[in-house]
Amino acid sequence: MIGGLFIYNHKGEVLISRVYRDDIGRNAVDAFRVNVIHARQQVRSPVTNIARTSFFHVKRSNIWLAAVTKQNVNAAMVFEFLYKMCDVMTAYFGKISEENIKNNFVLIYELLDEILDFGYPQNSETGALKTFITQTGIKSQSKEEQSQITSQVTGQIGWRREGIKYRRNELFLDVLESVNLLMSPQGQVLSAHVSGRVVMKSYLSGMPECKFGMNDKIVIDKQGKGGASEEAAAGKSDLGGSGGGGGKQSIAIDDCTFHQCVRLSKFDAERSISFIPPDGECELMRYRTTKDIILPFRVIPLVREVGRTKLEVKVVIKSNFKPSLLAQKIEVRIPTPLNTSGVQVICMKGKAKYKASENAIVWKIKRMAGMKESQISAEIELLPTNDKKKWARPPISMNFEVPFAPSGLKVRYLKVFEPKLNYSDHDVIKWVRYIGRSGIYETRC
Amino acid sequence: MEWANQLCENRQFGSKMTDSKYFTTTKKGEIFELKAELNSDKKEKKKEAVKKVIASMTVGKDVSALFPDVVNCMQTDNLELKKLVYLYLMNYAKSQPDMAIMAVNTFVKDCEDPNPLIRALAVRTMGCIRVDKITEYLCEPLRKCLKDEDPYVRKTAAVCVAKLHDINAQLVEDQGFLDTLKDLISDSNPMVVANAVAALSEIAESHPNSNLLDLNPQSINKLLTALNECTEWGQIFILDCLANYTPRDDRESQSICERVTPRLSHANSAVVLSAVKVLMKFMEMLPKDLDYYGTLLKKLAPPLVTLLSAEPELQYVALRNINLIVQKRPEILKHEMKVFFVKYNDPIYVKLEKLDIMIRLASQANIAQVLAELKEYATEVDVDFVRKAVRAIGRCAIKVEQSAERCVSTLLDLIQTKVNYVVQEAIVVIKDIFRKYPNKYESVIATLCENLDSLDEPEARAAMIWIVGEYAERIDNADELLESFLEGFHDESTQVQLQLLTAIVKLFLKKPTETQELVQQVLSLATQDSDNPDLRDRGYIYWRLLSTDPVAAKEVVLAEKPLISEETDLIEPTLLEELICHIGTLASVYHKPPSAFVEGSRGVMHKRLPARTGSGEGTECPDVGNAAGGSAPEAAPSIIPSQGDLLGDLLNLDLAPPTTTGPTPSTSGMQMGGMDLLGGGLESLMDESEPLGGDIGGSPAMGAGFGAAPAVMPASLNAPVGGGLGDLFDLGGGVGMPMGAYIPPKTVWLPAMKAKGLEISGTFARRAGVIQMELVLTNKAMSVMTDFAIQFNRNSFGLAPAGPLQVLTPLGPNQTIEVSLPLSTVGPVMKMDPLNNLQVAVKNNIDVFYFSCQYPISMLFVEDGKMERQVFLATWKDIPNDNESQFQIQDCHLNSEAASNKLQGSNIFTIAKRTVEGQDMLYMSIKLSNGIWVLAELKVQAGNPNYTISLKCRAPEVSQCVFQCYEAVLKN
Repeated sequence: MIGGLFIYNHKGEVLISRVYRDDIGRNAVDAFRVNVIHARQQVRSPVTNIARTSFFHVKRSNIWLAAVTKQNVNAAMVFEFLYKMCDVMTAYFGKISEENIKNNFVLIYELLDEILDFGYPQNSETGALKTFITQTGIKSQSKEEQSQITSQVTGQIGWRREGIKYRRNELFLDVLESVNLLMSPQGQVLSAHVSGRVVMKSYLSGMPECKFGMNDKIVIDKQGKGGASEEAAAGKSDLGGSGGGGGKQSIAIDDCTFHQCVRLSKFDAERSISFIPPDGECELMRYRTTKDIILPFRVIPLVREVGRTKLEVKVVIKSNFKPSLLAQKIEVRIPTPLNTSGVQVICMKGKAKYKASENAIVWKIKRMAGMKESQISAEIELLPTNDKKKWARPPISMNFEVPFAPSGLKVRYLKVFEPKLNYSDHDVIKWVRYIGRSGIYETRC
Repeated sequence: MEWANQLCENRQFGSKMTDSKYFTTTKKGEIFELKAELNSDKKEKKKEAVKKVIASMTVGKDVSALFPDVVNCMQTDNLELKKLVYLYLMNYAKSQPDMAIMAVNTFVKDCEDPNPLIRALAVRTMGCIRVDKITEYLCEPLRKCLKDEDPYVRKTAAVCVAKLHDINAQLVEDQGFLDTLKDLISDSNPMVVANAVAALSEIAESHPNSNLLDLNPQSINKLLTALNECTEWGQIFILDCLANYTPRDDRESQSICERVTPRLSHANSAVVLSAVKVLMKFMEMLPKDLDYYGTLLKKLAPPLVTLLSAEPELQYVALRNINLIVQKRPEILKHEMKVFFVKYNDPIYVKLEKLDIMIRLASQANIAQVLAELKEYATEVDVDFVRKAVRAIGRCAIKVEQSAERCVSTLLDLIQTKVNYVVQEAIVVIKDIFRKYPNKYESVIATLCENLDSLDEPEARAAMIWIVGEYAERIDNADELLESFLEGFHDESTQVQLQLLTAIVKLFLKKPTETQELVQQVLSLATQDSDNPDLRDRGYIYWRLLSTDPVAAKEVVLAEKPLISEETDLIEPTLLEELICHIGTLASVYHKPPSAFVEGSRGVMHKRLPARTGSGEGTECPDVGNAAGGSAPEAAPSIIPSQGDLLGDLLNLDLAPPTTTGPTPSTSGMQMGGMDLLGGGLESLMDESEPLGGDIGGSPAMGAGFGAAPAVMPASLNAPVGGGLGDLFDLGGGVGMPMGAYIPPKTVWLPAMKAKGLEISGTFARRAGVIQMELVLTNKAMSVMTDFAIQFNRNSFGLAPAGPLQVLTPLGPNQTIEVSLPLSTVGPVMKMDPLNNLQVAVKNNIDVFYFSCQYPISMLFVEDGKMERQVFLATWKDIPNDNESQFQIQDCHLNSEAASNKLQGSNIFTIAKRTVEGQDMLYMSIKLSNGIWVLAELKVQAGNPNYTISLKCRAPEVSQCVFQCYEAVLKN
């Protein structure tokens, strides 16, 4: 199990050091500093073995977090734990920075004592932790409150406390997708996938039982034509969003993972998604699709080398969704060779600039409607070099945001039942939003 | 220290200015000041002082002098302050054991506190204080906490038992905590169950033989129920524990798999990987024709792909594991090639791992895509990555024959880029492609030669030299090229020197007239001016060969090389099996067994996959059984490489051979492992002159034994045959292999009188798992004999020649040639009488001759003939008594130990030994090449030279032959 946990600043000074196991000595702190932080080179592996001691490390801005062990630990668990620890710290004091860590070091020690016992991760749900690690002492708690805390921390529903009350029962669903593409210069899709998340923000009283439904192909096919009536029955809770491609009834989900509140065995058996949500925000589900993806933009590059000292670049982007929808925050990044001496750009729309420090032409367009196209052309002057190595031609990448789900996913319903309290599914105000963003959206040139 | 300063400023301390001023004073003053503050009456001041102490402790300052003052702050209602004091105690108690005792009272009192959070805190902290005196006081509170009404306290106490066990294992056993811990597995609270499982698993690791976890269908059921309810971490503990269980039969295995598969949809990657581990392991037991087996295979792919969208560090862990899974079960991810394509922004460690998996998944179906990708990668920036990509192109060529041509042209394109390291890497892989597809792509040699000057890495230089030597006859200026290398001979690395030596000798044999001077030069450089024994030895061998017998030299040096295999870097199967049992853990990240990086005994127990059997005793042993046999399998993974290494070291045969070449059966390595590696290796080297010859020619395969393929002798070089070679190598007859297989002496099978002057004598041997017929052909006639061929009649065990009879040179009058003919056991079968009779036909340019001979049946004993004890017992009982036959072996003066060793050399394995009233009973098993098992019981009485042997076999006919073998082996 985890033998110790260290946090360093970028200089390698220790900010937090907590040792859980006897086999980890103080010298481990220095070993990591010397061998990894001060090595001043790209990290070649996130797991480093120094003198039979293994260091698992992640970096957040310029802060290093390292978990140390001498045993054959579950490596995936250690990294998951480090990420979780970052989440918990962020939830308590915001950004993970040297200053914040120093200002909250007592709190961090208290958290580390609670979420890691003898190197075994314990309940690390922020919702539960915040009930009793407050930095104000807990003498004011009554006996009932204490036992409520402990039963929540250890209980089956460790992520939600009892007795939550809201005057207005409300929930927000965000379907956030990032669409990834790798395209050949000729316009052939080399790989494309959507990784999506359903984020739920709920303000519901009591212990609500929720059931979430979407246009999952497996479910729709199972229901057959009878499915239409069920959709009608869902009535008001028809939350279907405005799709960009339109017309697609159901989507094939390659794989999905769920927040720990979702009953996995039920999903496995019936493919229904039922859960009692944590209060406030949680990531209900992650999923991945690869079939029938709506690619919101197509990038058509044209690079011509004119002699040894000049490059001509022309890039056309085409938007491929309903004309009534607007894409935002569009940014096209065209890499330029290292020996670029000057660039002239002409673009039809938006603004384009050559950024020498980033070795790229960055073309920004605020808004663009569907089924439009726009073009940029640039002349790149090169300094003559005798470098034998050819320019690697990194791919042209793109960023954007569109108001639909490129996978075609639609929320069909989210039903809420709270038998003990007197509110029904109809009383809950529900909001659904679809946002599609670019992930790694690249076209080779 | 600096930041401790700032810290004081940042926090809302009462008097900021004075604090910062105070921190600039000397260390001594600082401690003194802190002491005063710790003893202050004001609570707030006290707390701030403790915080400062902790801050100093964190940056590594020694604040142990404040021990009594800090401990004094312990008795407080303020939980935050209490926790800080506890933190201090955990750090310094060990250095101040006497003073630490001061804290005991507070701990004991806190363990009775009405607030469960405080009770848990006390028991949690107490377990972390590694002072014997405190440990004694811990027992009573711990016992209470283990049965506390509050689950939060119980889950903390469960972990505390593991802590205590780490300090004083005996105490934990004496106090009966282990039983209480076992009871907690049935606790109503899932988190208590999970922590109890974690604690027990850890304790069980240091007691490999105890039945601590006592996994049985009932307890497994409890764990599976808790699995649905506990936290993500608890699920990991439980899944990791489940992975240690071996189900009784395939039905139980399936039902566990069914209940574990839902975990594949968990958001936590560690839960997913641990579930994959359980499934991969239990799948071994499912019959492959089962529908569920196919379903399960399909279910595994999507979650593995999803892991690749996790954060990069987790992706790395996942990729290392996928690398193992792809080797074990390639079918799972064979359609998922695209997800392993490298993204421009992937961290380098993710890129390199993806590349590895891409090569493993490359097949004819996807090779075009893969090659296009690899070509892209070869133009990236990171040198390691680019090199690996180039190497990958070469490996694709070797793996997918249809793609070889495209790979070669891609490599040529890359060479045109003139990027130095790309060119060098490409040349190294092209050498391998030449080896794999001889006489196909030699047209590119000219392009390669153009780049000769830019090569500055030993591996690339050696590869290029090899190419020049190998194809010297097609390169007009080969002598000039090699000569240019020779100028700086002593500055080259050994690898290059050896290669240069061989290449020039090759050149000389091909173009003897122009290169005599060159070869003399290199031989003298190698033998007289070098300190490197490998180089000198190889030099002398060549020298002697060339001076005594150029024809033999040609046969040796220009021998046909065995083909190189496709899969070059597969993990050795036993290691792979073990690593599959460790999916998700560090072992799977390092691709090393835990014993390679974990100190001490903890967690280094070897794990194995369960056997695929329907039911019965066979499946029981793996987990308990392997603990006992721990050290034996440990050696196994390293044996094959070490055999290769040995050869490599002795002769440094090839360009750092990347391959385990040719048909060397892995079993041979296992067998060799038993004896002194160096001794055994050397002797077998001496013994097998022909394979050694092949080696010098550039092949790393030693056991293959296909011998040197002789070249046609040009008249100008004609010289007396036989002699030199014999002098050097023909030691085989004299040197016995102490524990090798028994080889009967050669006998004359076909007298010259019956065969128009051809005399054939011979024997049979089993070497490195290959049966060989060793023939000596002598021409006693007046005319030259040519065109030899051999054929067998159908026989009892399907013996048949595995290749043509390698007598390609004409056999002149009064000449003798020794040939060894590898045999296979897949020929047509017909029962012979006697059973081991073999009818042979030999043809030459004169006539066809027939003879029959008898082979010792021990030639057919295979290397994996060691039966599991339980299986042996069951089989022995199972075979009817009628099939048992008894024999006497007389006049044998070995003790049972020596006899057993001797028999082992012939693949007769002793499974168990029992001593009853001075009589040793040895139980042995033998497996024949056709799958027949023979079980034996050998009775050896001390002082009595007569042994009694009982043989049991389902085919009793073989018993007589087997007995003859025993006699032959024991008496030789």
